[in-house]
Amino acid sequence: MPQPPGDPLLRMYRQMVRIRQFEETVSRLFLEGRLPGTLHLYAGQEACAVGVCEALKPTDWITSTHRAHGHAIAKGVSMDSMMAELFARTTGCAGGYGGSMHMGDPAVGALTAIAIVAGNAPVAAGMALGFRMQATGQVVACFTGDGALNEGAFHEAANMAAIWDLPVIFVCENNLYGASTPIAEVVKLERLSDRAAGYGFPGITVDGMDVQAVYEAMVPVVERARTGGGPTLVECLTYRYTGHSRNDTRGYRTRAEEAEWKARDPIPRLAAHLTASGIATEAEVAAIAEEVAAELERAVRFAEESPSPAPEDCLRHVFAEEVRG
Amino acid sequence: MAGETKTMTIAEALREAIREEMRRDPRVFCLGEDIGIPGGFGGAFTVTLGLSDEFGRQRILDTPISEAGIAGMAVGAALAGMRPIADVQYADFLFCAMDQLVNQAAKMRYMSGGKLTVPMVMRAPCGATTRAAQHGQSPESFFIHVPGLKVACPSTAYDAKGLLKTAIRDDNPVLFFEHKLLYGSKGMRAEVGALSPVGEVPIEDYTIPFGQAVVRREGTDVTIVAKLRMVYEALAAAEALAAEGIECEVIDPRTLVPFDTETVVASVAKTEHLVVVDECPRTGGWAGEVAAEIQEKAFGHLDAPIHRVTAPDTPVPFAPVMERFYVPGRDDIARAVQGVLQWR
Ligand SMILES: Cc1ncc(C[n+]2csc(CCOP(=O)(O)OP(=O)(O)O)c2C)c(N)n1
Ligand SMILES: [Mg+2]
Repeated sequence: MPQPPGDPLLRMYRQMVRIRQFEETVSRLFLEGRLPGTLHLYAGQEACAVGVCEALKPTDWITSTHRAHGHAIAKGVSMDSMMAELFARTTGCAGGYGGSMHMGDPAVGALTAIAIVAGNAPVAAGMALGFRMQATGQVVACFTGDGALNEGAFHEAANMAAIWDLPVIFVCENNLYGASTPIAEVVKLERLSDRAAGYGFPGITVDGMDVQAVYEAMVPVVERARTGGGPTLVECLTYRYTGHSRNDTRGYRTRAEEAEWKARDPIPRLAAHLTASGIATEAEVAAIAEEVAAELERAVRFAEESPSPAPEDCLRHVFAEEVRG
Repeated sequence: MAGETKTMTIAEALREAIREEMRRDPRVFCLGEDIGIPGGFGGAFTVTLGLSDEFGRQRILDTPISEAGIAGMAVGAALAGMRPIADVQYADFLFCAMDQLVNQAAKMRYMSGGKLTVPMVMRAPCGATTRAAQHGQSPESFFIHVPGLKVACPSTAYDAKGLLKTAIRDDNPVLFFEHKLLYGSKGMRAEVGALSPVGEVPIEDYTIPFGQAVVRREGTDVTIVAKLRMVYEALAAAEALAAEGIECEVIDPRTLVPFDTETVVASVAKTEHLVVVDECPRTGGWAGEVAAEIQEKAFGHLDAPIHRVTAPDTPVPFAPVMERFYVPGRDDIARAVQGVLQWR
């Protein structure tokens, strides 16, 4: 999907608002009992997905995690199809087979999300290997959480990506917790990006609450990957505003800490910059939120009016050949 | 049961088992993700909630997200004289730990010519709960295929406590499968059918030997063998069939390795018909293993082919309508029972 035209900052602003409002909407729908399954919400981390994806080409790919909504929206998966997926409808981006933890759409370079922590890291490196072998010039951004860096699969992927200079970027969204576990309990290093030195490629830490900072950090990193320079570990310092998944009362962190991070919210931060620098008026900025709200209303309607799969559809898509019955 | 009892959910019964064993034996400790963090979850399904308050965070050990490491650490600690209770948050993540479980835990005793002992427990929540393909699997069958691993599958609170205590005291690696819909949070009770997994559990010490099935319902016409949540579906089917004059005997094996063949053979000798129910996919699964074993041991008693009622050979789908199709239910079981009775 081609990027919508216009000022990149305005575009990133709209994308962040789309993610935020998507998460607010699905959170409400979930509490109303209208969505099955579970949700891992992305609110608070918008600058990471949006800054990263703005630095990619539409033909590049991302791989995502259990916390998939923001990545998918940022890469261009339609909100209609994501909403329909959460409603478990056939028009969903995975036809109702995947749900919240498996968002994605190959048509826009968003790999169906992998909900096994770090399971996506070797897959991302493997895609990068495939692209390199075919000299397509495509790169892969592999989104992970902080917790994922402690999986063996991540280490194996990072090392292989390093020795073969693969066009993959490991984007580690450090939101300070893996589920209830503070990162300091499970990593001795202060900066996760220091891990990169052990693999032999660069690691950087950026302010994941500042979309411009993420974007600007990503541009040379993507260029490096695309031109044969190999991987980079980009640690984005960020925060998830809500619980890990539903049923999380967040007893392992303080309301004061939450307030501190919310004060650095990436959306008003960019809005202030847009108006102060004359890129947009306050009215134009406000109009974006209204347009997105209308877009979401349409998405919910689209999802609700879409058909459910038939029970026997369970039997489809197991193999490349269609086998029924 | 003579002594004092308390009404418990399976989650509570498991917690009691861990608590009692940790009090009883300083070598017992837990390791896993999010199991003891203050203000946290007490594990993905609250089983270890509050235990770090009593035993401290050295014995309720919060790990990084590192399943291969968790399993391997348990193997090593067990070799060094401890009795670890490791867990994964969802049974699906056992696949991340497969090498340590299958190549190390299961084989150290054998490879050492019997010199080494690996007394560890690996707990794993299984079963489909609208979490789709990577959070809803029932991988018990993978592990019955590994010589050297014992496999337990409690379906009641009483069994959960007694079997877990046996697992902890066992000198072998034990895979301990817990069904997510049986843990016993209130909302799920209606869903799981006739016999609530919330039950009376002795507050005193007791263990349940491995390899002893229980007959959950007596009957004369057809034997149904089912485990975990499928026990409740089988009982519901039996209830419905009784109204039609068909009496089913429902057997819960409680452990898959060792498996109580005798109880099933004795039942089949009476009923001459067998249906095996399992939430795992069909091919290469536990239900097929039971069918093979029983036809070898009890062919002369059987009046019809053994039927399997299983999930289809697909991953677990997300959409609830597809998941209901995927997971075997009471109607599927009732149809299979009628099928074996009508076989000619
Ligand atoms: C292999 C594996 N282990 C455990 C889990 C359960 N789990 C899901 S998300 C999560 C925490 C992940 O933390 P992090 O990587 O920091 O991502 P975040 O949730 O913070 O976005 C855990 C333990 C899983 N999905 N996969
Ligand atoms: Mg995290």
